Amino acid sequence: MRIAVLSGKGGTGKTTVAASLALVTTNSQYIDCDVEEPNGFLYLKPEFSRSSEVKVRVPLIDESICTHCGACARICQFNALAVTPNRVLTFPELCHHCGACSLVCEAGAITEVDRRIGVIEADAVGFAVQGRLDVGEPVGIPILDDLKIWIEPGRTAILDCPPGASCAVVHSLEDCDFAILVTEPTPFGLHDLKIAAELVKTMGIPAGIVLNKAGKDNSIIETFCTEQNLPILLKIPYSRQIATDYSNGILPVQASSEWAYLFGELAAKLPGLAQGVKA
Amino acid sequence: MRVIVTSTGPTIDSPMDPRFGRAEYFLIVDSETMKATAIDNASRNASGGAGIAAAQAVIDARVDALVTGHLGPNALNVLRNSKVALYEGIHSSVEDNLNQLKAGQLKPVATGGQPQYGQGGGMGQGGGMGQGRRGGQL
Repeated sequence: MRIAVLSGKGGTGKTTVAASLALVTTNSQYIDCDVEEPNGFLYLKPEFSRSSEVKVRVPLIDESICTHCGACARICQFNALAVTPNRVLTFPELCHHCGACSLVCEAGAITEVDRRIGVIEADAVGFAVQGRLDVGEPVGIPILDDLKIWIEPGRTAILDCPPGASCAVVHSLEDCDFAILVTEPTPFGLHDLKIAAELVKTMGIPAGIVLNKAGKDNSIIETFCTEQNLPILLKIPYSRQIATDYSNGILPVQASSEWAYLFGELAAKLPGLAQGVKA
Repeated sequence: MRVIVTSTGPTIDSPMDPRFGRAEYFLIVDSETMKATAIDNASRNASGGAGIAAAQAVIDARVDALVTGHLGPNALNVLRNSKVALYEGIHSSVEDNLNQLKAGQLKPVATGGQPQYGQGGGMGQGGGMGQGRRGGQL
């Protein structure tokens, strides 16, 4: 079973929820899909003993065969090639690794070569797995593809998604059985929750809400959830104690048995929710 | 001489567009007759690599010179590998830019000597020494 934790808005508590759930779920895997800035390790404190480089295929031009016809530059949708009268320039950081350039090259002057863009790191038992994009690289999607290879059948994978609702989130969500949308009772929280809710709906993934930083009046989120028929699975109060613990690398489930129990209850509901049982 | 000037409009009296990759139009002007042909900049709204695509368009147009505002590093890298002469334009009409070019008044764009090919080029010398000064109250 694959559970995605996403939010739209950054800083609502995705990592708190995802890492907490991973800790209280038996036979789980925590998969940090926020490859631009993975941070689950700060709380789970795994010892990463395994790693694999993430590589993409980018074009390499053989200038001795190249006729400078320009077909590769014309077919490239990402402007990753330019053909000058006597030389082809490649811009590997713009390449999306589709291979179209080598397909259209009639002279056969293009081969594809490996280029590292990041790394996957995992602990010995595969409980904590994270993808990390190298500094300066703009496209992390291929890392997400590689991350999913580390998800083991029969285990419950909790995917800590990147913020926003862009390609990286869509890619993380693909093949997930249920989505937990983490939000906060603010106009920004609601704004981005709407986008996230629309995304999971479009992708046909059942979803529920964790309302973090809940206060006395949470109607801004509650009204939306009622309208959209989205169950609120858990409310985490706006609490100085939780924030203090978090800043010290301690999750609510580690700090109090009450939170361990509440997250445990949520974890127990997930298989049913993933199969469409009402919360 | 055939010159491309980046332009905010399709006619020679339009202001020069200081953007290169995201310019509205490329105006191909014959410097003798001052006859202009406008090309719509197809890469204006590209999500990335607009400068590279624009440089490709300039090369494909087989012109002798380019007058524009600012060339980014990728565009410069492509254009260095062509015979197109590069000039920094002035904030005025395309026509004024052409007249200045003919009068030898436009500044050539520094191409940094030897061309650098695509990715991986780029050398720089970083200098910089600072002397800290504490505020007077300390």
